[in-house]
Amino acid sequence: MDQFQMHELEAKCVQECVPTCVASCPLHVDVRALCAEVSQENFNNGLQVIKKTLPFPGIVSRICEQPCQPVCKQNEPIGIRDLEIACVYFGASAEEPVSTAQRRKQRVAIVGGGLNGMTAAFDLARKRYPVVVFESSSALGGRLRSIPESQLPRSVLDAEIGLLTKMGIEIRLNTTVSTSPESGQVTLGQLQREFDAVYVAVGRSFSPYVMNPKEMGLGNVDSFTHGTAIANLFICGDFEKEEPFSLILSMSDGRSAAVSVDRCIQRVSLTASRSNEGPFESCLYTNTEGNKHSAGIPKGSKGYSAKEAVAEAARCLKCECMECVKACEYLSSFGGYPKKYIRSIFNNLTIVMGTRQANKLINSCSLCGQCGVICPTDLDMGKLCKEARHTMVEQKHMPPSAHDFMLSDLEFNNSEHFMMARNQPGSDSSEYVFFPGCQLSASAPEQVEKTYDYLRKHLQSVGLMLRCCGAMADWAGRADLFKNSLDQIKKQHTEMGKPKVILACSTCYEVFKENLPEIEIVSLWELFEQYGLPEGVSKKKAGVVSIHDPCSARHETKVQDSVRALVQKAGYRIEELPYNREKTTCCSYGGDMWVSNPAVAKTVVERRISESKNDYLTYCATCRDFFATKGKPTYHLLDLIFGEDVPARAARRGPDYSQRHENRARLKERLLKEVWGEAMADQASYESIHLSFSENVRQLLEDRFILVEDLQKVIEHAEKTGQKFKNPNTGCYLAHYKPTRVTYWVEYRHDGMDFEVLNAYSHRMELGENVRS
Amino acid sequence: MNQTEDYATPTDWMCSNCDLPLEPSKVMVTYLGNSYPVQLMRCPKCGMVMVTEELAMGKMNEVEKALEDK
Repeated sequence: MDQFQMHELEAKCVQECVPTCVASCPLHVDVRALCAEVSQENFNNGLQVIKKTLPFPGIVSRICEQPCQPVCKQNEPIGIRDLEIACVYFGASAEEPVSTAQRRKQRVAIVGGGLNGMTAAFDLARKRYPVVVFESSSALGGRLRSIPESQLPRSVLDAEIGLLTKMGIEIRLNTTVSTSPESGQVTLGQLQREFDAVYVAVGRSFSPYVMNPKEMGLGNVDSFTHGTAIANLFICGDFEKEEPFSLILSMSDGRSAAVSVDRCIQRVSLTASRSNEGPFESCLYTNTEGNKHSAGIPKGSKGYSAKEAVAEAARCLKCECMECVKACEYLSSFGGYPKKYIRSIFNNLTIVMGTRQANKLINSCSLCGQCGVICPTDLDMGKLCKEARHTMVEQKHMPPSAHDFMLSDLEFNNSEHFMMARNQPGSDSSEYVFFPGCQLSASAPEQVEKTYDYLRKHLQSVGLMLRCCGAMADWAGRADLFKNSLDQIKKQHTEMGKPKVILACSTCYEVFKENLPEIEIVSLWELFEQYGLPEGVSKKKAGVVSIHDPCSARHETKVQDSVRALVQKAGYRIEELPYNREKTTCCSYGGDMWVSNPAVAKTVVERRISESKNDYLTYCATCRDFFATKGKPTYHLLDLIFGEDVPARAARRGPDYSQRHENRARLKERLLKEVWGEAMADQASYESIHLSFSENVRQLLEDRFILVEDLQKVIEHAEKTGQKFKNPNTGCYLAHYKPTRVTYWVEYRHDGMDFEVLNAYSHRMELGENVRS
Repeated sequence: MNQTEDYATPTDWMCSNCDLPLEPSKVMVTYLGNSYPVQLMRCPKCGMVMVTEELAMGKMNEVEKALEDK
C-alpha cells in the first residue's frame, strides 16, 4: 500500500465527514458540538462553539434562514437557531481579545457596511489586518436595519456592530465611494492606490453602487473568489445573482472574500483547497432506520427556557456513520473506526524503527467481509488486513505467535495423518469428489462417513479428498504455503480425472471459487436439496431455529437458499437473525482471530449467541463448535439431515484441539479400512504414549494452545534421554522439549506406561542450554 | 531483559539424570535474533536449564510479544 492508496482508502470512510447540518450551514457552525454542549447545560461552551465560526451570534441567531433545518436527520428537525439564541442569552463568553499591537502593515478597504462587508471586516481584522470600512449611509448594518425590531432588537444589532470598532476597525460613515473621479467623492481607484486590497460589498439593493464590472474593464467577477481582472480588487457579485437574497449566504460571501483578500496579500493561490467554503453536500452517512419519532420541544414567545433548550438539544442524533463498528466487535474493540485504522495500518507497514503499534489490529480481524457489505462506500477492512499480513510476511515482520498454531494445524491436515485422495473403490477416475474439509472431519467425522455413503448412493463414481483447502495459509499472509496447497489440490484433482468437487465447508467453497476457477464445484447442500433427505428421517414439526450463515457463505445466495429449504424439509421453522445472509457475522474462527486475539473472539461469540433465544443452525462445523462450546445449542445442518440424537447434537460441545487432530486421523484410518480395505501407515512412535489429565488441565491446554501430541513428544524425549527434573518430595517430573518452534514444558507423574499430566506451559524464547548427556 | 535479570528462584526440582540440586547460572535466551543474558536455575553438571511456569507465562511472554512488535 503506498500513500496514494492509503488516502484513497481513507477517503472511503465517511465517519469524519461533517454532519449534513454543518455542511449546509454557509458558515459551518458545528451544530453537533453545539447540541452536545447545550444538552449538558453548558451554555458557555455552546456560545464558544458558535463564536468559533460565527461573527455576530446575536444577530445571526435571529435572522438566519436556517438552511440546516431541511437537512436535519431527526424526524422533526432540531430548532438549531433557537438553541443558538439560548446560548447567546444564557451563555457568557469572554469578550474577543483584540490586540492592536501586532498589526500587519498591509491595509484593506471594504466598501459597504452591510452584513457581507461586516463579515469580511471581522475576519480580516481577526487576521490582524488594519481594515477601513466605507459606508455611504449613517450606520452599518445595511438591510439588517429594515428587519423589524421584534425580530432583531436594535440593541443587539448595535452591540454587535460596536464590536467591530472594539476590534480596531476604522469605520467611515456617510462616505460614498464612486467609480467616477468627477464626482468629488472617494473613488475606487484612489482606494486601490491607498490600500493593499479592496473588497466591494455593496449588494444589489444599493443602487448608487450598481456597477458593471465588464464596462469598468474588470472582466468577469469570479463568483467564488470574488476576484476581478485587477489583482487586488474583489467584488461581491451579489448584484448579479438571481436567487432570493439570503443574509447567511451574504455572510458566507464576505467570509470567502476575506480568504481571497488574505491569499492575495500573502501571494498564495486564490483557488487551491477551498472546496469546503460555503454550503456543500456532506458525505456523512447516518442510518436513521428504526429511530423513534421525536417531537420538537415547543418554545414560548420569549424562546426556550434553559431547561427547554437542554431538552431540545438532547434530541440531536449526533449524526455519525459507525455502521461497521456497530456491527463488528473487532472494529469496536480498538476504540476507533476504519479511517483511523487505515492510517495505523499504513504506519505499521512503513515504520523503519520502533514499535509496530498495529500488529494486533491487523492480525485480529476475521477477514469476514461483513464491514464491506455494511459500509455505505463498500470499504472492506478484511481485504486491507489480509493485504497487510502478506506485506508483513514479505517484510519478515509477522509476529510468529499470531498464526503459528493454525499453520501447524494446516501442516497436520495436509500431512499423511489426514490427507488422502482416492477414487471410489473399483474405479480409476471420478466424476465427483467429496471434499468434506478439515473442520467437519474434526468436528463430526461420523457424519463425513454417512455423507460419503449418501453421495455414493445417489451419484456415479464419487471419490474422496481429505485435506485442508489452505485458507489458513492465506489468512496468515503466507502466499508461499497457500500456493503450495492450491498446487497440490490441482495435482490431486487432475490425477482423479478432474471430477466435480462437492464442498461441505463454505470456506473451502470460497477458496475454490476464488483461486481454482478451472475446477467445477458444487455445494453439498445444493445436492442434498436435489436428492432429498436420507430415507427414514423424521419430517414431523420439530421446532424453531435461527440460521447463522457462515461468513464465507455471505455472497452465496443459492447455497443459503438450499440450506433454508433443507431446514424446512426437516420440519423446522426458521426465524432469521438480524445480521444474516450477506450481512452475517463471523464466529471468530476466520482470519485466526480466535488465536490472535482470544479476548475479542470471546466477545464476538458471546454477542452472536445472544442475538436470539432460539437454538441456532449453521452449516459450518467450526461456527457450530464455537457456539456450542459457549453453551448455545447449535445444530450443524447434517445433524438435521441425518436426524439422529436430535436435540442432543445441538448441545454437544466441540472437540478440543487435540481431539480434532485425533478425529481426523481416525476418520482417515476408518475410511481407508472400511471403504478401500487399506491399512493406515504406521503411526509415529510418540502417539503410543498414553496420557491422562483432569478437566482443569484439559482447559489449560486449550487456553494455552498446547496439543496432546506436543506433550507426547516432550515425554517421549524425556523418557528416552532421561533429561527431566524430578521433585523428590512429590515424585513428579518436569521436562521440556522443542519439536519445532515452541518449547513445551510438562509436569507429570507416571505409573508404568500411563502418564498423568499435571501442568503444561510453553515459550518461544530459545534457551542457550546445550545439555551434556 | 537488558541487564542480566535474576530469575533463579530456589526450587525443589533436581536434575534427574545427574541427581544434583540446581544452581543459579547465567544463560543466554534468544528470540527473533535478540539475545539477553538471564540468571536461571541449572544443573551444574549437564547444564539443563529450568524455566518456571511463572517466568514462561509472565515475563518471557511479555518480552516475546514486545520483540514481535519491533
